[in-house]
Amino acid sequence: MTAVTVVFGVFAVWAVLSALLCITRANPVASALWLVSTMFALAGIFVLLNAEFIAVIQVLVYAGAVMVLFLFVIMLLNVDAMPTEWKRWPGWLLAGGVSAVLLAELVALRAYSPERLARELSTMPDSLAIPAYVFPHATATGPDPRGVVGQIAEPLFQAYLIPFEITSVLLLAAVIGAVVLAKKRL
Amino acid sequence: MLLGPSLALSAMLFALGLVGVLVRRNAIVVFMCIELMLNAVNLALVAFSQVHGTSGQIMVFFVMTVAAAEAAVGLAIILAIFRHVQSVDLKQFNLLKG
Repeated sequence: MTAVTVVFGVFAVWAVLSALLCITRANPVASALWLVSTMFALAGIFVLLNAEFIAVIQVLVYAGAVMVLFLFVIMLLNVDAMPTEWKRWPGWLLAGGVSAVLLAELVALRAYSPERLARELSTMPDSLAIPAYVFPHATATGPDPRGVVGQIAEPLFQAYLIPFEITSVLLLAAVIGAVVLAKKRL
Repeated sequence: MLLGPSLALSAMLFALGLVGVLVRRNAIVVFMCIELMLNAVNLALVAFSQVHGTSGQIMVFFVMTVAAAEAAVGLAIILAIFRHVQSVDLKQFNLLKG
């Protein structure tokens, strides 16, 4: 067991416990703060997975901006723990059943490996052409010469330039929509 | 290689978020549980990007943008509904009921 595995285990337990507390606390402020804790744990895991840029963005955008927005709205509306917070037992049964099935399904995904995917794709008929992006460069991991931000920036501003520009339009629409919806009278 | 453990953790977080969405009645908490599910998906994408190159991380970047936009608009909608029914209880949100 390497040090990385141990650290991953610590962050994983932290994330799951925080998520559990997030969905079980009756007070929405406590829920929000436990969700922030989950996001910090996930940021740590992103660093372990060699995605340092995503980890920084995770802390800045999710734990910072988005959760502050949530806390603002909770405090603005002055919502406290509601007496009708929990659904009755059919809801719990449904939630437990659906989640158990989904969990089993997703854990079964652990059988995935790049080699197995390649083997299964190679047995497909040629008419189903394998898209090139399935294996762009499944090469050695090692440190990228472009640096942590460079390895994100290069594809983002070349191959994904159009989606990136469309994102800005999406954000503009969200800004205008949020103002229009939240304002009493324009 | 942390691909397997990451996928397992991602599955657990997604299932927890789903339980939260199905069990809670507070609209804001339900929103936060959706954010938790998005985070679980981000974790899976980052884990796969270890194997398949940085495209997965670009996807995470876009997911985060959409999640931020969704949170802003969704919370604005909750604010607008709160003005009507003076509550964030999902049971009270029956404005579209005939």
